[in-house]
Amino acid sequence: MPQMNMMQALTSAMDVKLAEDERVLAFGEDVGYFGGVFGVTRGLQEKYGSSRVFDAPINEGAIIAMAMGMATNGMRPIAEIQFADYIFPGFDQIISELTRIRYRSAGQYTAPVTIRTPCGGGIYGGQTHSMSPEAFFTHIPGLVVAMPSNPYDAKGLLISCIESDDPALFFEPKRLYNGPFDGDPNKPQSSWKDHPKGEVPEGNYTVPLGVADVVREGSDVTVVAYGTMVHVALAAAEAEGVDAEIIDLRTLIPYDIDTVARSVQKTGRCVILHEAPRTSGFGAELAAQIQEDCFYSLEAPIQRVTGWDTPYPHAHEWSYFPGQERVARALKKTVEFA
Amino acid sequence: MPKATKITKGPLKGATQDDIHEFYRMMLLIRRFEERAGQLYGMGHIAGFCHLYIGQEAVVTGMQAAITDGDQVITGYRDHGHMLACGMDPKGVMAELTGREGGYSRGKGGSMHMFSKEKNFYGGHGIVGAQVPIGTGLAMSNRYKGSDRVCLTYFGDGATNQGQVYEAFNMASLWKLPVVYVIENNMYAMGTSVERASAETELYKRGISFEIEGEEVDGMDVMAVKKAGEKAVKHARSGKGPYILEMKTYRYRGHSMSDPAKYRKREEVDDIRSHRDPIEGLKHQMIDAEIATEDELKALDKEIKAIVKDAADFALESPEPDPAELWTDVLREAEAV
Repeated sequence: MPQMNMMQALTSAMDVKLAEDERVLAFGEDVGYFGGVFGVTRGLQEKYGSSRVFDAPINEGAIIAMAMGMATNGMRPIAEIQFADYIFPGFDQIISELTRIRYRSAGQYTAPVTIRTPCGGGIYGGQTHSMSPEAFFTHIPGLVVAMPSNPYDAKGLLISCIESDDPALFFEPKRLYNGPFDGDPNKPQSSWKDHPKGEVPEGNYTVPLGVADVVREGSDVTVVAYGTMVHVALAAAEAEGVDAEIIDLRTLIPYDIDTVARSVQKTGRCVILHEAPRTSGFGAELAAQIQEDCFYSLEAPIQRVTGWDTPYPHAHEWSYFPGQERVARALKKTVEFA
Repeated sequence: MPKATKITKGPLKGATQDDIHEFYRMMLLIRRFEERAGQLYGMGHIAGFCHLYIGQEAVVTGMQAAITDGDQVITGYRDHGHMLACGMDPKGVMAELTGREGGYSRGKGGSMHMFSKEKNFYGGHGIVGAQVPIGTGLAMSNRYKGSDRVCLTYFGDGATNQGQVYEAFNMASLWKLPVVYVIENNMYAMGTSVERASAETELYKRGISFEIEGEEVDGMDVMAVKKAGEKAVKHARSGKGPYILEMKTYRYRGHSMSDPAKYRKREEVDDIRSHRDPIEGLKHQMIDAEIATEDELKALDKEIKAIVKDAADFALESPEPDPAELWTDVLREAEAV
């Protein structure tokens, strides 16, 4: 089976859909001729022409609105927002238009738009090129929110999003593009080569939306994570010698509370991880739902390990990033709580 | 009484008698519908927001005559007239205003959010200016599909100050998209006059730096609207890109039902009503051209009042939507999980 990094897997997902479905097109800032700021759309314009893969001016609001207009008339556009931090000029279009047209037209129109956007820190991007703004979007009814942690899932989830009749926001943790990142910035860049999740089939396959992946089975504590934090969790559990059950949510909306609840009912303990700030982060939703579903199973308070409630700093990036040490400390505290 | 013969002289020159009768009929339907909606609102049968189109009827009537079946229409929140002009059923529109099951969005949309896939009507949008790039996206899909369809994208004078309008203008001109931007300048963005909000008050010029042609049109004259509309639609359909029409029009009622309209003088409204009213204007032209009599037009009014009464009755008799409707049409995936 071919080995791909996450960028190649995403390119392959779009390649597959562009080839098999004329309704699919891809556009955004630098997407066509340049091939995308990180190269995720590289080669697609050459292959499918500039009417299907093209550059947009720098206007995120209208990029999302244009995609919606096309989608309501039967197309399946993939719009790239160059960095997740740039999505806010399009926030109104996502909230007021894209995610509501199905509801307010009582199902007459749907807007199957997929918005792809790189997110997360770890590349010294500072405040405006490092955000993980997923929580804002999980608060909007009518939007699928996905964030893969590896190339295999990235391709399968992206194809699921493109094929879904619902609008979807697809976050790509850019620190994972080239290899799994376990939160230790001093180690050399790892690669997806030889990683089992770097094995990516060439053709069409899907990873279902709303189904979490138990990436490590364990009995001491449940760790709920997504994106980059899945790899940090694996490394921290190993370093700390904790038998953690690690769950990769893969999609935040819909989210697989059944898998999470089953695990917490088994372990009785739970730590939630995300890179975004703590207050009103997606971890708050998870913690609330877990205590509702697992109250009588819980043997320790649910812990959250997250970014700080500050902007993403440039100089102290690794003090902000919820790395292995912070995760390990929370695991220990939770497991030892009596 | 109506005939397919073309009128050869006077202000109605070029149109058939049938066309003129249809324009008159449509404008009157919109007016009577809106008057009735205003009454139902006053009686408490319509709740929330309700923006009446009274005074602006010539704009949608003339523009609708300039497009053909399959062309798309999208607009903002003052949308009842657009829906009727598109051929949507007055019953379904009124029942949406009353929030009933028989409404176009089964009560989930209300006055500002109605749609008809069958009539290529894309809403009904409550956020000022948000429909402008969406309409531009519809035009993009037309070009991509290789169809010759045009999208009429309506917005008001207030929306012309929204940034996303200019994002849309740039893309539409850059890619030569088949879209006609119809600015309905009724002189007031809610309570703020154009002069108090706009550095350039001649709104048809707003496309100049995007190389989009624009022109000012008497939006109270259905024939002038139709003529300008035909030119603009032909331009867009032929691949030359977008076109801007600034319709100088006027709304007689407040911005919404809760607006006492204290930002303008009563005399201003009265003056326009008595000198520029689109329906009265056309009526006089029809009588002068001897293609209708007072009696015939009175009979037509009666007929239209009956249609509107039926719509109102339907809107009151249609049941409230099932409470389970609250959770449908949100997210297919969530419903499946």
